[in-house]
Amino acid sequence: MITVLYFAWVRERIGLPRERIESSAKTVAELVEELKAREERYAAAFADLKALRVALDQELADFTAPLAGVREIAFFPPMTGG
Amino acid sequence: MRVSVQAEPFDFGAECADFGRGGRDVGAVVSFLGVVRDDSGALKRMEVEHYPGMTERAITEIAEEARRRWDLADLLVIHRHGALLPGEPIMMVATAARHRAAAFEAAEFLMDYLKSRAPFWKKETGTDGSRWVAARDEDEDALARW
Repeated sequence: MITVLYFAWVRERIGLPRERIESSAKTVAELVEELKAREERYAAAFADLKALRVALDQELADFTAPLAGVREIAFFPPMTGG
Repeated sequence: MRVSVQAEPFDFGAECADFGRGGRDVGAVVSFLGVVRDDSGALKRMEVEHYPGMTERAITEIAEEARRRWDLADLLVIHRHGALLPGEPIMMVATAARHRAAAFEAAEFLMDYLKSRAPFWKKETGTDGSRWVAARDEDEDALARW
């Protein structure tokens, strides 16, 4: 099981802030494909990966990164702090 | 060094008065205050969302990198989340060093990295509805100089 978190408009588009999912995905990109295949709202949220960032266990990562050993994955738009 | 991610308001004047005090090796203190700006003239409020856990971690990593690069006597970052009104303080940075160049540069470095590497997202609500603030290319480009 992996915890998936969504923030900002990704959270709004998918309609929930977090969920626990069972997945056999080996990389972030594979997990994204699994999610997109689930429902239209996921497909809409993940339509343009260039507009998204991903963090694995609270560290920024790439979509090609492996998921082995990862407990928490978060998807969000580019950050706007400051 | 202190990093605080909080919903509560902070007192910029009081924070600055306390900061760097008593350090005999401190010759320069630089402080920066970020305020909620109303570009449209119709902003009612700004919601700042963040990623609890990662936020503190990311800011602490950025602050530690600043301490590796510059000889700083002290460093302070406060960033708020939650609902804010136009004109309200949203965040502050302060740096203390022997000389001003290090204090200014470290403060700018912290600001540049907080903009696009700390997990905050701003949503503006105006009289015409709500929208997420988009990241600007200039903010990403600003990191290249470091």
